Amino acid sequence: MKIKNLLLAATAALMLGAAGATSAKADLVFATDAAPYPPFTSQNAAGEWEGWEYDILQALCAEMNEKCTLIPIAWDGIIPALLEKKMDGIFGSMSITPERMKQINFSDMYYNSASVIIGPKGGDHNIAPEALKGKTIGAQASTTHANYVEKYFVPAGATSKTYKGQDEANADLAAGRLDLVQADGVTLGSFLASADGACCEVYGAVPVDVEVLGPGVGVGLRKEDTALRDKINAAIKSLANKGVFEEMTKKYKLDGLLTLPPKG
Amino acid sequence: MDWSWLPKYLPMLIQGVSITIQLLVSSMVLGLLLAIPIGLVQVTGPKWLAAIARGYCTVMRGTPLLIQLYLFYYGVGSILATVPELRQSFLWPILREGYFYAVLAFALNEAGYAGEIMRGAFLSVPKGELEAARSFGMSPWQVLRRVWLPRAVRNVLPTLGGETILTLKSTPLAALVTVVDLFGAADRVRQETYIIYPPLLLVMVIYMILTFIITRIFAAVEKQIPVRR
Repeated sequence: MKIKNLLLAATAALMLGAAGATSAKADLVFATDAAPYPPFTSQNAAGEWEGWEYDILQALCAEMNEKCTLIPIAWDGIIPALLEKKMDGIFGSMSITPERMKQINFSDMYYNSASVIIGPKGGDHNIAPEALKGKTIGAQASTTHANYVEKYFVPAGATSKTYKGQDEANADLAAGRLDLVQADGVTLGSFLASADGACCEVYGAVPVDVEVLGPGVGVGLRKEDTALRDKINAAIKSLANKGVFEEMTKKYKLDGLLTLPPKG
Repeated sequence: MDWSWLPKYLPMLIQGVSITIQLLVSSMVLGLLLAIPIGLVQVTGPKWLAAIARGYCTVMRGTPLLIQLYLFYYGVGSILATVPELRQSFLWPILREGYFYAVLAFALNEAGYAGEIMRGAFLSVPKGELEAARSFGMSPWQVLRRVWLPRAVRNVLPTLGGETILTLKSTPLAALVTVVDLFGAADRVRQETYIIYPPLLLVMVIYMILTFIITRIFAAVEKQIPVRR
């Protein structure tokens, strides 16, 4: 009997401990991709967050007068995680798209950038769908880029391969397993600047299709959390008016690569 | 429960079932072919060869299959990619696919497990039968082919059936190296529609059906071989 009680107590303590570890101490919890997405969000060797988007999150939370934490969640499960209330919002370069709007809500856009195709140096730079027949194109799963490949290149005879993280797609391009990779232009830029990216170069940006690529990146929120959405929208507006977005963009040397929220 | 995705993704799921079966059959056939010499040398081989075989089984059975798969796909795969002659060769379209590395990893892993099973199987054949075969004037090769191997395999058929089912349930790992097998297809549905549970439940049922078919096949094979105990 005594042992049984002890076991019960231990089990209860373990369960409480586990629950304690996942429940957040901060007022607002945001999640981003667990895989690194430089220069927007990534964790350094010490496990600290850094990047343009992380700095924007800090500024945004200071503006709202909230204490915020950022947690990593696997990208392809991030919308279900939001719906299951594991966090309050997605703050991880998530493009606003009609398909996602069926499940969740978005704040106003806080940046936008081009969707770009890269490939091995010296390859044919023609990226019209009919020119990519028979090619294998990689993209991160559950992204606007993967959907673009699916809509334009697969019907034209290309093969699509999807990856859990952007870095895995990049690695397979460098290893010659992919002919092309489609992703956000800025994050591909930082891959091409790295040692592993020496294999490859930019072939060009794909023509814009707002229905697939969306009007830009917003904070992903649950549909019912309209008060939080309004609060975030007001903070984005006020940061834009203060020139914080331009400041961060200069800090990360991204001038001219990003479309920022309008002032006024 | 939302099943509206099913018509759109049905062809991908059917394709996925076929890829899963191909993965299973090719890795089991290769694995069992390798397992025969691995088991045999541990019973009759020279000491050094037996030690290598034993070491191989220990490593393959003692490390996670996922790590083995990653080592082949990301490790070996990226080393192969640095050989320009290989990249231009006719083999590259096969060598660049995750499917190839998945079969390689599953087959070598299975060879580790089945090698150990075959070692026991060879030992389980009564010595008298082998001596009888030899006294008929059969060469060692003939003894192996006519008596030792068939008797050994018969003894462990149920175990090999179990191994096949375990390998079937390992095949979803291939989805992690871009193979769109049955689980990979369900994963695609989740990634593209954000619908999680219905596709997972559906593929679970399909895996159960496949398991059932495997047990039937092995039962039928066992029946074919007359045994008197």
